Amino acid sequence: MNHTTSFPWLTLIVFFPLLGAVLCFLVKAESSRWVALGVTVCTFLFSLPLWWLFDSSTAQMQFVEQASWISSPPVRYSLGMDGISFPLVLMTTFLMPFCVTVSWTAIEKRVPLFMSMLLVMETAMLGVFVALDFVLFYVFWEAMLIPMYLLIGVWGGPNRLYAAIKFFLYTLAGSVLLLVAILALYFQGGQTFDILELSRGTYGATLQMWLFLAFFAAFAVKVPMFPFHTWLPDAHVEAPTAGSVILASVLLKMGTYGFLRFTLPMLPDATVAFTKPMIALSIVAIIYGAYMALAQADIKKLIAYSSVSHMGFVTLGIFVLNIQGIEGAVMQMVNHGITTGGLFLCVGIIYERTHSRQIADNTGLAGPMPRYALFLMIFALSSLGLPGTNSFVGEFLVLAGTFVWSQFATALAALGVILAAAYILWLMQRVVFGTPAAAHRAHLLDLNARETATLVPLIVLVFVLGIFPNPLLSRMHASVTQLLNGQKAPAYATVSPPTPLVPPAHATMAAVQPTSSSEQAATR
Amino acid sequence: MSISLQDLLAILPELIVIGAACLVLALDPILETAKKDVLAWLTLGALAMCIGVTSSQMTGRTYAFSNMVIIDAYAAFWKLLLYIVTGLTVLLSLAYLKAERLSIGEYYGFILLALAGMMVMVSGADLLTIYLGTELMSLSLYVMAGLKRTEARSLEASAKYFVLGAFSSGILLYGISLLYGLAGSTRLSAIAEAITMQGTSNPILSLALVLLAVGFGFKLAVVPFHMWTPDVYQGAPTSVTAFMAVASKAASFGAFLRVFVEGLGAASADWSVLFTIICLATLALGNLVAIVQTSIKRMLAYSSIAHAGYALIGVVVAGGHRGNGAGGGFASVLLYIAIYSFMTLGAFALIGMLRKEGQESENIEDYAGLAKREPLAAFFMLVFLVSLAGIPPTAGFIGKFYIFMAAVNGGMTWLAVVAVIFAAISAFYYLRIVMVMYMREPEGTVASQSRLETSPALSFVLACALAGVVLLGLFPNGLWSLATHAAPLLK
Repeated sequence: MNHTTSFPWLTLIVFFPLLGAVLCFLVKAESSRWVALGVTVCTFLFSLPLWWLFDSSTAQMQFVEQASWISSPPVRYSLGMDGISFPLVLMTTFLMPFCVTVSWTAIEKRVPLFMSMLLVMETAMLGVFVALDFVLFYVFWEAMLIPMYLLIGVWGGPNRLYAAIKFFLYTLAGSVLLLVAILALYFQGGQTFDILELSRGTYGATLQMWLFLAFFAAFAVKVPMFPFHTWLPDAHVEAPTAGSVILASVLLKMGTYGFLRFTLPMLPDATVAFTKPMIALSIVAIIYGAYMALAQADIKKLIAYSSVSHMGFVTLGIFVLNIQGIEGAVMQMVNHGITTGGLFLCVGIIYERTHSRQIADNTGLAGPMPRYALFLMIFALSSLGLPGTNSFVGEFLVLAGTFVWSQFATALAALGVILAAAYILWLMQRVVFGTPAAAHRAHLLDLNARETATLVPLIVLVFVLGIFPNPLLSRMHASVTQLLNGQKAPAYATVSPPTPLVPPAHATMAAVQPTSSSEQAATR
Repeated sequence: MSISLQDLLAILPELIVIGAACLVLALDPILETAKKDVLAWLTLGALAMCIGVTSSQMTGRTYAFSNMVIIDAYAAFWKLLLYIVTGLTVLLSLAYLKAERLSIGEYYGFILLALAGMMVMVSGADLLTIYLGTELMSLSLYVMAGLKRTEARSLEASAKYFVLGAFSSGILLYGISLLYGLAGSTRLSAIAEAITMQGTSNPILSLALVLLAVGFGFKLAVVPFHMWTPDVYQGAPTSVTAFMAVASKAASFGAFLRVFVEGLGAASADWSVLFTIICLATLALGNLVAIVQTSIKRMLAYSSIAHAGYALIGVVVAGGHRGNGAGGGFASVLLYIAIYSFMTLGAFALIGMLRKEGQESENIEDYAGLAKREPLAAFFMLVFLVSLAGIPPTAGFIGKFYIFMAAVNGGMTWLAVVAVIFAAISAFYYLRIVMVMYMREPEGTVASQSRLETSPALSFVLACALAGVVLLGLFPNGLWSLATHAAPLLK
């Protein structure tokens, strides 16, 4: 049984921004900024009551809405939220107003189009997180491509055309296979597109393997997992600030959300079978991303590679298949959204002043811009996982979960944390404490009120989630537990003799016994 | 043989259209040039009457003229679609003909004659009736392609279309004669009986199948019989191109399915293999060659080839998979072509009215910065292109969704995988136009840049096409139930 409420909260939250997107064209070009701000703030306010209305004792879908959409085949307009999607929805509605304020003066041309594209994005992103019908999910998932393509391509940097088409084709190529997988599931899973019903079904081992690969193509590109990450640095660097924030904070989470919502519950056997390669790819992403970040001269590119590394922690947490790992992964998704979002906002603010994202052009900001330097420092320390900040909680939980799975893997992943400290502190050393570049001296004004108001709420959240993570963790607990319960039964049933379809274990993983690890995972 | 009143009533829509065509041709020399718009309204009036008559023929199955003609839901589906696209073509031609200074009376007359041919094609129950309809349609289109008499490219298009079209008609006729030799009749039902009795091992039957496939392949513009398409689509006046790309393709699919399901259904295992190969070649070539085009009309020509490939998936699946799944396959073809018609017509309507220094501007580069000069037109184009690429929530997605669904249901998941990969590739060339419109700065002076020449009729056409693309994307229920109701059944 689903918890239903009479008021259509989710429809309101999802489609209110779309209304605003239309409104942006109907008002004067100058006013469209205020429309976008008003709409995003209202959407956030509408989503705020859910924090208290949310029942954290149950793993069932809440705020469920059901209506028929396509009668044959039965595609339903069904929305709902559980402990996994709940933090992501709130994070999205929370971040969008800052995407508007940071673009206030940075976007000068075609403002109404820009603002409406931001709002369309918000609708699509929220829709992805609350859709309970697989086709509806796919519609939101794909509908997001066009506005994002325009955001990067119209308002982006010098190399924007290349970055925009690369982003589009990469993500589209990944997700079209998802469509075929959805259709295959429909015919194998009792002629339904209902995500919950499909999750209850059991599927043959071979089918699961194929479906896993198709899901992987869609979600791994979005996360992005190594080696499908190459679109990310291009897209991040060329996108306007708001686009980078949306990309890093929300878009990447859709991939990991997809793993949690679809891959784990629907394909439990394949998940277990693919655990090792997935964890190997995650660890490669963690170390490789961090290592690449060390070498970057462009601040945005550095943060982009750090995202690859941080998202590696998320996928690592998901695929160790225990409660700490997955709760840590969801925490890390939210935290990465806030921290990296904050970092991109900071880069956008300095770019508006110096018109350069090169580290060499933006040195020694502590002197002329003390307030900015302080905020940047807080986000940076959060990014490297300093205890007391939000990221520490997520990374700690993920590493704790990994420790249960394999100590060796934990040691490798922890290497990523050390490298993060290296590239972040080195970045801070140059940007905050270096000698100011003479050329830009005159432009280095400290934050104005609008910019301060953009960053302060994020700073507050960095500490609140760092010090009191429990309110959020407790809201996801029931759902994560249920996710793992569904995982347990089939994992025991089929895993004992490794099927020939399993790719050879990664060299570094060879020491770990396949059965004992999954038993550990299952018994946690 | 006497003609009964029942027979005449059965073909009432055809009679109306032919009558209107004669009236238009007769009035043309009498009317003053300024008043020739009357002919367009006359044409639209005839179409409105036809819609009324055909809507009442949606149920049951009536034969007329000693089983030469059949009136059923399947024929009605195609006819209604043809009326709508013909009506929209006429509306978009109003302004286009004036801008291009083309002779008006002949134009509407030929549109109506072509339409009559198409209607005969989709309601033919005899290979000869269908052949006659095909010829009537083709001959009218040959002339229409060459209507820009002063332009070499238009004449070349007409000549090329005529030579290749005549060639393909010959092949079609040869296939028909072989089938007549086999069955002793050209009736589809008699042919079906003969094949069921004689079995499918006869090599003459295989040869006839191939010849019919080649003949229809030309009309459908599928690879490797597509050579004429890019040149003709580029050279013909744009309103004619729109008509060819949409109406002629729809009618050809209608006749093609009728022949292969009702006449050659017993040999479906054979022809579905044949069409699998054609389908794969069409998807690959259409989508890949479209990438390198610099003319938007040529690009859309290749895109229309590729779309025929997607529709063929439904045919292949239904042919290889009898029973319930077959219905889903054919219905998805009907749905796909209907949706394809709206988005393609919308795109061509915009292309026809985009002018640069008084000339049609068909170079993709001429679209640079269009979003700044004509934000609304650019947005319309964006929606049509996104729909052609099959990205939700547009109708193009719904069309592909049902096609892929039929493929997966019919156990041809691999074909669906191939098709979605080509769909992802197709996004590249559609988005290139979006990129040029939205992200490129125009070159040269303002006066030398392309502009959209709008008129109320054109706005209406665009609004209809946009409504079709958006509403069918959001609420596909009605069209889908219509398509499943109309789809033929493989016995």
